[in-house]
Amino acid sequence: MKSENNVSRSGFLLRVFHFLPCILPSMGLYAAYYAGTNLATVMYDFDELKRAWRKYLYDFDADTYVPPVLVPPGPALEAIGYKLYKWPGHGLAESVLSYQCVEGEYMKPEEYDALIRDPSDFWLRTYLPRVFGELKAFNTLPPWTAFQEIVTGDFLPFANPEVQAGLNALMKAGMESLKWAAAVGEVAVEAMAIGFPGVMSALAKAPFDTIGDTLRGTQGIMLDIFQRPEKVHAAMEKIADIAINNALNAVANAAAPIVMMPLHKGADAFMSIKQYETFYWPTLKKVIMAFVNEGITTILFAEGSYNKRLDIIGDFPKGTVAWYFDQTDMAEAKKKIGDRCCIIGNVPTSLMMTGTPQQVKEHCRKLIEVCGKGGGYVLAGGANVDEGNPENMRAMMEAAKEYGTY
Amino acid sequence: MSGDYVNLLADLKEDEILKLTQQRLDANEDPMNILEDSRKGMEIVGQRFADGEYFLPELVYSGELLKQITEMVKPHLKSDAKTKRLGKVVIGTVAGDIHDIGLNIVDFMLDVNGFEVTNLGVDVAAEKFVKAVQDTKAPVVGLSGFLTPAFDAMKETVEALEKAGLRKNLKIMIGGGQMDDEVRKYAKADAYGKDAMAAVKLTKQWIGAG
Repeated sequence: MKSENNVSRSGFLLRVFHFLPCILPSMGLYAAYYAGTNLATVMYDFDELKRAWRKYLYDFDADTYVPPVLVPPGPALEAIGYKLYKWPGHGLAESVLSYQCVEGEYMKPEEYDALIRDPSDFWLRTYLPRVFGELKAFNTLPPWTAFQEIVTGDFLPFANPEVQAGLNALMKAGMESLKWAAAVGEVAVEAMAIGFPGVMSALAKAPFDTIGDTLRGTQGIMLDIFQRPEKVHAAMEKIADIAINNALNAVANAAAPIVMMPLHKGADAFMSIKQYETFYWPTLKKVIMAFVNEGITTILFAEGSYNKRLDIIGDFPKGTVAWYFDQTDMAEAKKKIGDRCCIIGNVPTSLMMTGTPQQVKEHCRKLIEVCGKGGGYVLAGGANVDEGNPENMRAMMEAAKEYGTY
Repeated sequence: MSGDYVNLLADLKEDEILKLTQQRLDANEDPMNILEDSRKGMEIVGQRFADGEYFLPELVYSGELLKQITEMVKPHLKSDAKTKRLGKVVIGTVAGDIHDIGLNIVDFMLDVNGFEVTNLGVDVAAEKFVKAVQDTKAPVVGLSGFLTPAFDAMKETVEALEKAGLRKNLKIMIGGGQMDDEVRKYAKADAYGKDAMAAVKLTKQWIGAG
């Protein structure tokens, strides 16, 4: 599982390498912009998707590469009537280069008990009918555990034309996803063949974010902290186990034993350190430790700033966890957690998009000076860049080569 | 009594504050007094947020308490009594971006600091900002954005305000997610604010209520 020449793992394992790796902040959707197309096109036209991602692969001599796994298949989302996202042409203007989550209250406060009692049942009959428009009639189905021994009228709910339409929609979404997977797989295999191991195999979320982002919404979970804290805790324990199992299953079939966790509502601006320690951190740490125990590297993408969390977030066995920082003070991060965790990131998105290549290179030089000493740093953007001057990307790579050779 | 009420709200004591609201209504107290005390309580919440003692959960919770109080008091109000406001501000998340957590914090903080806020919501087209400024005559506009597409959308919104001949007497501030002073220069806005307190400070400076 551990390959010695795997660039993307080297930094995370805190090995002192002879060069400093660089992850360009263009792994999400930038390839579409770079190849002169846009997200609205590549979500539907998979030949264009392949063309764009291939062009990016061969034009940049980058250290890491991510195939277009983060571009969702438009026809599948349409088939299922996906309501959780807006994407170009569907709720957002054609020209917008990103898809975005529609926050809302998809779980009511009185439904915590149902979620805690049986998450799968809650998902199938309550949550999914709300976020997948075509499955709206699934809320009329009995629980699957209703099938017991003598089967008589138990299949009747499936005679409902709306339920049947839902089942058809699932099959259609499956077939559309198959076409998408063929395209993505083609690019992924090609990239692997020329030596890119991939930087992640699975995505996982902090349990607090799962509840806050897509079940209760920001407004809901912030109220729940005060009005029903014990329910939030019980639900997070359940969600943590689900997050662990989902990620372990995904990693088992993948090339790189790496899980990426984008973190949202635990940033400095969202809650106090006490609330973080009480509500956000315990179940997040439980998830991460499950990965650590399986020999999986976890990359934690801390969007926003994490300056007030630095005293507690480094408590992991040396070389098992990488913190990918957006706007956190990198000198402090290096000092407080750099001896145990790899640190990544911090080249400002605004600079990448509006600055000159000289400014980018100079900023990177300073960052490498602060963070690079002794290894354990990967030069990367603060957040993803969806458009902008490719010369700024090249300036970043140049800086890594020029200043990151120890 | 009034001081207790203000502090109970500021300390987010849900059961106590609702009970006391009911008692005051039962005693036939002028409902405007209750609303005025609530306003003072929310002002303390805003101050504690600015001081780093309160965070988003407390803002949301206090907003919920205020909503409940207002609903209890409303049937007792004689007419739509208006409170005096310091000045008008138009805010919104720019086109192509549907994030509103930060936007709503700014709304909250401007409101508790006495400004009349017109919140246009998310994915707001440039011309909607133009129309809102024309309609309200607000001297300050706040542009919110989370993602990188907001860079161009902010620039276009500022240009649209300029084109409509509104720019000269208007102050424009930007903030949110990946925004910073570089983006402020790019979009040709007047100021970048790091957080909701900065939005309040800038607005006070510009409207001359500081």
